[in-house]
Amino acid sequence: MPLLRSPGGQRPDRPPRPCGSGGTHSPEPKAGTPKDTGGRTKASVSRRAARRGPRRFTRRDVAVLSVLLGIPVLLDVAIVWGPTLASVALSFTSWDGIGDISWVGTKNYETLFTSYPQFWPAARHNLLWLAFLGLVATPFGLLLAVLIDKGVRFSRFYQSTLYMPVVLSLAVVGFIAQLVFSRDQGALNAILGDTESPTDWLGDPDLNLWMILLAAAWRHTGYVMILYLAGLKAVDSSLKEAAAIDGASETQTFFRVVFPTLRPVNVIVGVITVIEALRAFDIVYAVNKGRNGLELLSVLVTDNIIGEASRIGFGSAIAVVLLLVSMGFVVTYLVQEIRGEKNR
Amino acid sequence: MTLDTAPAPAATPTATAAPRKHLPRPGRLGLHAFLMTVSLAFLAPLLLAVYASLRPYDETSEHGYFSLPKKLSFDYYQQAFSDSDMTKYFVNTLIIAVPGVLLALFFASFVAFAVARLRMRGSVLLLMLFTAGNLLPQQVIVTPLYVLFNRIPLPYWMSDSMTMFDSYWAVVSVQIGFQIGFCVFVLANFMRTLPQEILEAAIVDGASVWTQYWRITLPLCRPALAALGTLQFTWMYNDFLWALVFISDGDKLPITSALNNLRGQFFTDYNLLAAGSVIVALPTLLVFLLLQRHFIAGLTLGSTKG
Repeated sequence: MPLLRSPGGQRPDRPPRPCGSGGTHSPEPKAGTPKDTGGRTKASVSRRAARRGPRRFTRRDVAVLSVLLGIPVLLDVAIVWGPTLASVALSFTSWDGIGDISWVGTKNYETLFTSYPQFWPAARHNLLWLAFLGLVATPFGLLLAVLIDKGVRFSRFYQSTLYMPVVLSLAVVGFIAQLVFSRDQGALNAILGDTESPTDWLGDPDLNLWMILLAAAWRHTGYVMILYLAGLKAVDSSLKEAAAIDGASETQTFFRVVFPTLRPVNVIVGVITVIEALRAFDIVYAVNKGRNGLELLSVLVTDNIIGEASRIGFGSAIAVVLLLVSMGFVVTYLVQEIRGEKNR
Repeated sequence: MTLDTAPAPAATPTATAAPRKHLPRPGRLGLHAFLMTVSLAFLAPLLLAVYASLRPYDETSEHGYFSLPKKLSFDYYQQAFSDSDMTKYFVNTLIIAVPGVLLALFFASFVAFAVARLRMRGSVLLLMLFTAGNLLPQQVIVTPLYVLFNRIPLPYWMSDSMTMFDSYWAVVSVQIGFQIGFCVFVLANFMRTLPQEILEAAIVDGASVWTQYWRITLPLCRPALAALGTLQFTWMYNDFLWALVFISDGDKLPITSALNNLRGQFFTDYNLLAAGSVIVALPTLLVFLLLQRHFIAGLTLGSTKG
């Protein structure tokens, strides 16, 4: 097992938790007898003693570890990482899924950027999706969380209602959107009372994306709200009191004191927003299979592999573009995580 | 990424309606008005779907969905169940989601245990491998998996298509492989909040790794497992893409993907579709309303770590 950590391993223990019992664990020996072995430094000896002696794992332990770590790792490699690398490799080929795989270099990408008319609109829609979720839905979710966190009455009701759309399948959200935005029978047109020339909210390629974005935001806002609400509840209230005593206004307190402490939540919310925007698929597919103004990169990938012409190489090239964009964000996030891990 | 003051995650995040500080101003009324308006606006589309599903097509096509009802009935629900066999699709969903959730939780909890509790070399790397995997867009892995599953032969008793493609094995394994990352992430964070002493005491007593995991750590993780299980069930239930790509036989589709079948070739009865949507949404809404505490705890476990 290459995974076994040597005695010198750097796992600084976490700071004591405030909530009692578990407060005092540290690498210093508690149980067992600290053995003093010749030339070793005191620290390394005590570490080793805390680590239940030199023989940590019996043969049976190693077997259990290998199997129960091996299966998930294999699954993760086979389902996630292997295919990701394969996608990258296939994007340089002209494979159709059946015949021989022939290397075509960057031709797929050239075709994609220059002579595939759906690509740029789809990329633009994805970016618009990201901008809308990031600049409208996410701040709105934060606002709602802050308001609910003020401890008003009925906050449970507000919280549940706002969160409710999140449990719906995106496909269902897509269908419900059709009930609201349909041209002849939809609720929106009925409210507007425009019977002369009703707007076709989902049929007009200039408009439909915005309507779908509203539907997506309907679901995203509640998600963001719950995450922030949990973050806000964890903020030390003495911070706010101190700021209030110093004469800070409520707004100042929030932006200067509370918001910075929410950084971990901000990171998570940021990642979720990016991922949701890039993964967006179900809603548009449920509405009109992602055509006529609702093209998205994810739809193009799916069309290229399960359509009549299975252009695996080309579909992979689109997927790689999607991958590269998301990688930028994921790597930023991971760097944050590793840093946090070191501080534990 | 530690919020030191975070309460034990599963215990509290949702349930605090305790008013912390009362606004003395009439601004409070405005606040309620605002929150109430937003809440109702959020609720409205759902109510509209329920309302539309209870009314016959002729009526809504003439007057629109937003009109007073002349006749309300459950006919569409009956139709959805009898004509399009929703029961079958529900069973399909369960065939995918139940093993999916259980296996994902089992494997993820062991990986999380190894990462968080056994001090092994490379545990951070392992954690990253799983966490980052969950963040990739599905479309990146869909193509190679489609090809791969088409080439893996399975005996007839496992899959009547004789390949992994068009079988539940494909969907279940992708669900597990993809969701395991999130579960590891959440459970590892949770396990770190457990006192190490319990484990140390067990080790002194000579407990094996399996005992440390199954008998000692896992029972303490019950709240986290409940939260995560609820969340994962909803996600797998709601999934749309995997089944769409990996299953070609319409009879094997799970309920979310089968919703598309209610759409006619040339004519779509949106009221029927509304009834279908309500039927599909109902289990997740019930799960949410009944297990709200677990559900939200599952989400927030991942973000504010103890």
